[in-house]
Amino acid sequence: MIAEGGLAALWLAAALSLLQLIMGAVALTPGREEAGAMVRPVAIVQGLLTLLAFAALIAVFVMSDMSVKLVAANSSSMKPLLYKFAGTWGNHEGSMLMWVTILGLAGAAVAIFEHRVSNRMLIATLAAQAAIGLGFFAFLLFSSNPFERLPIPAADGQGLNPLLQDPGLAFHPPTLYLGYVGLSVAFSFAVGALVTREVNAAFARAMRPWVLAAWILLTIGITAGSYWAYYELGWGGWWFWDPVENASLMPWLAATALLHSVTVLATRDSLRAWTVMLAVVAFSMSMVGTFLVRSGILTSVHAFAVDPERGSFILALLALYIGGALALFALRVSTVKEGAQFEAVSREGALVVNNLLLTAILGIVFVGTLYPLFVEALSGEKLSVGPPYFNSAAGPLALLLVALMAAGPLMRWRRDRLKTVLNRMALPILGTAVVLLLVVVFAPPIGVLPTLGLILAVGVGIGSVAPLWGRNLRRTPLFTWGMVVAHLGIAVSLAGMACESAFTKETLVAAKIGETKQVGPFSVRLDDVEPVAGPNWTALEATLTASRNGGTAFVLKPQSRSWPNPPTETSESAISTRWDGQLYTVLGKQDEDGRWQLRLWWKPFVTLIWLGGGMIALGGALSLFGRVRRERRYHDRIAYA
Amino acid sequence: MKRFWLWAPLAGFVIFFGVVAFGLIRPDNRQIASQMVGKPLPAFDLPAGAPGRTGFSSKDLQGEGPRLLNVFASWCVPCIAEAPVLMQLKNQGVTIDAIAIRDRPEDVATFLARNGDPYDKIGSDTASRVQLAMGSSGVPETFVIDAKGVIRHQHIGDIRPEDVPEILAQLEKAR
Repeated sequence: MIAEGGLAALWLAAALSLLQLIMGAVALTPGREEAGAMVRPVAIVQGLLTLLAFAALIAVFVMSDMSVKLVAANSSSMKPLLYKFAGTWGNHEGSMLMWVTILGLAGAAVAIFEHRVSNRMLIATLAAQAAIGLGFFAFLLFSSNPFERLPIPAADGQGLNPLLQDPGLAFHPPTLYLGYVGLSVAFSFAVGALVTREVNAAFARAMRPWVLAAWILLTIGITAGSYWAYYELGWGGWWFWDPVENASLMPWLAATALLHSVTVLATRDSLRAWTVMLAVVAFSMSMVGTFLVRSGILTSVHAFAVDPERGSFILALLALYIGGALALFALRVSTVKEGAQFEAVSREGALVVNNLLLTAILGIVFVGTLYPLFVEALSGEKLSVGPPYFNSAAGPLALLLVALMAAGPLMRWRRDRLKTVLNRMALPILGTAVVLLLVVVFAPPIGVLPTLGLILAVGVGIGSVAPLWGRNLRRTPLFTWGMVVAHLGIAVSLAGMACESAFTKETLVAAKIGETKQVGPFSVRLDDVEPVAGPNWTALEATLTASRNGGTAFVLKPQSRSWPNPPTETSESAISTRWDGQLYTVLGKQDEDGRWQLRLWWKPFVTLIWLGGGMIALGGALSLFGRVRRERRYHDRIAYA
Repeated sequence: MKRFWLWAPLAGFVIFFGVVAFGLIRPDNRQIASQMVGKPLPAFDLPAGAPGRTGFSSKDLQGEGPRLLNVFASWCVPCIAEAPVLMQLKNQGVTIDAIAIRDRPEDVATFLARNGDPYDKIGSDTASRVQLAMGSSGVPETFVIDAKGVIRHQHIGDIRPEDVPEILAQLEKAR
């Protein structure tokens, strides 16, 4: 019954989104404005119905209703409750339903809270949002029905990929989806602004919280995904330039550019056409990302259930929305008046450079991700593009961007003088020079990029707090704090990346029981290897006793796990976190002589990478909170004046 | 002129659409044979591709029944996917040699430790010279070489479990 109820709610929501689109379109024709009165309530009810459908799916998963095909194929009754719950979106159909639910709720939130833009523009925005929703409803109902019943209920389910049975899964996809959907709202606002020819500062202020929120969630999603890959895959790396990772990086790059350009539009009423374009590009990148992941068109270490038919469906939606928006852009943007002017040396100028560099990096990642596909289309050859391309092409641009990031916030709006900017930059530049000297004199020879990364991290770290100098810290607006924290987070993360690639010590050893091996400052002794059992797996667990330069000993227990359902082997790394890095251990196979393979890494300051990611997200959150609070006060003051 | 540029994003998108649409509808298992199939392997003499191994020269293949020559790299993601299948072929008695492309011996050693080592000999082709001479343009690719040192078959892309019967049949043909 619950499954049928969920399906009915889904159909009703789909019908309402069609109604929302039609009513919105009618209301935009002159003389029919009264039709617009329905759009807001319909958007709200539609959001609630999608939530109901999603709750129904969670219910059948938690109750392990094996007569539902999706549950039988992806869950199993012996799974822990958390993973039954999270298993709801650990599969194609469930994750698409979650996407639609978030989309519906975002539409409802716009309908309830948005009062800054004109009513006409709000209706156009909600109509665009309904158009996006409608496509995904069709996708769900016609090609990926999550509530489909089996003719004969299964005895038990087939289980969930063990790599995905991890607390990380419970939060990683929802976070990224929330981010993608936040960008869809920005996209809808851009379409609304183009349709009603209202590309202005009010539009930017309405769009900004959505861009910020989406960007925060994408940042968290990418950071968490990177840490998940780091400890779960057992390869010791934190970023692989895998197509699926790139699929989440590309929207983030576009959103970062958009975040900065929307600030220029909101504050100075410049960069009108460019901001609209970026809003379209940012959502396009989320759609392209979803398409690449779901269609299986690129080979990836992430194994998703793939299906060319579903790929074609998403591609058709992509063509409709992105093609449509780009055509609308080409037709309408020439009617957008040019915004306010500014000098090259100014805050706006710096933000334009920021946008150009981010767009260039986005282009590099996009080309690198799709190049294998492109070559195959032209010549029929299959190849893969690896980290050497991405690191050497995107790395220098990213470093340049980070260097400029320190300078941008120190410039004034509209016009500034290069000399005064350089004066303000004196201390960061000095810091960079000192660290360069230290690295050259004391550090062992490390590569060019890590060296540059390390010295820039220090200079930029100093530069990013420079906007606070000479200010009354208690009167400094929250969004300025947000910018400072986020920029500092970039410097912290960069320092972590540079240290990790410059100073990591790695050994691969075959050890007998009782033997001691050395990695960096640690000596690690293999004490024992014993079988252990978990709720739905068995494993070989090694007991390693490690100590640093003969100090206090501590124990690490890496495992090599076997899962019966579906049959898979995974390695569970054991990681010991110190204040200045991580000792990372992985248990491998036993060789013919009875020795165990051990992979040991000492990664100095690697944790800074994710700490920095967290700071970037925190900075975004401070900024969002500060903006919303200021606008509310401003709003209240007008209301009570 | 300005109006023209406004359409550029849409034009770019149309190209993207064309490429991925082609990618979606392309027939599976479509393989284009290298010009070198049926010709002798170009002569080469490569240094060892992994620490503690011998070098790899085209002379090593003379008089040695049909073998597989796998062109791979430690930095290549499909090569990881392919590794278990190569191990399976090795366990079925197939001899596999390898050329590591634009790689470092220590990275190759790490790759083999992680993904298994199915290889008899490993040569290191740091500038892709031998790879290009063989008519291979990407990684991974696998060639069937007969006892006379003639290239008999080329497999482009990773060998998937479903490709194994075809590979075994080609080895049998080259006998």
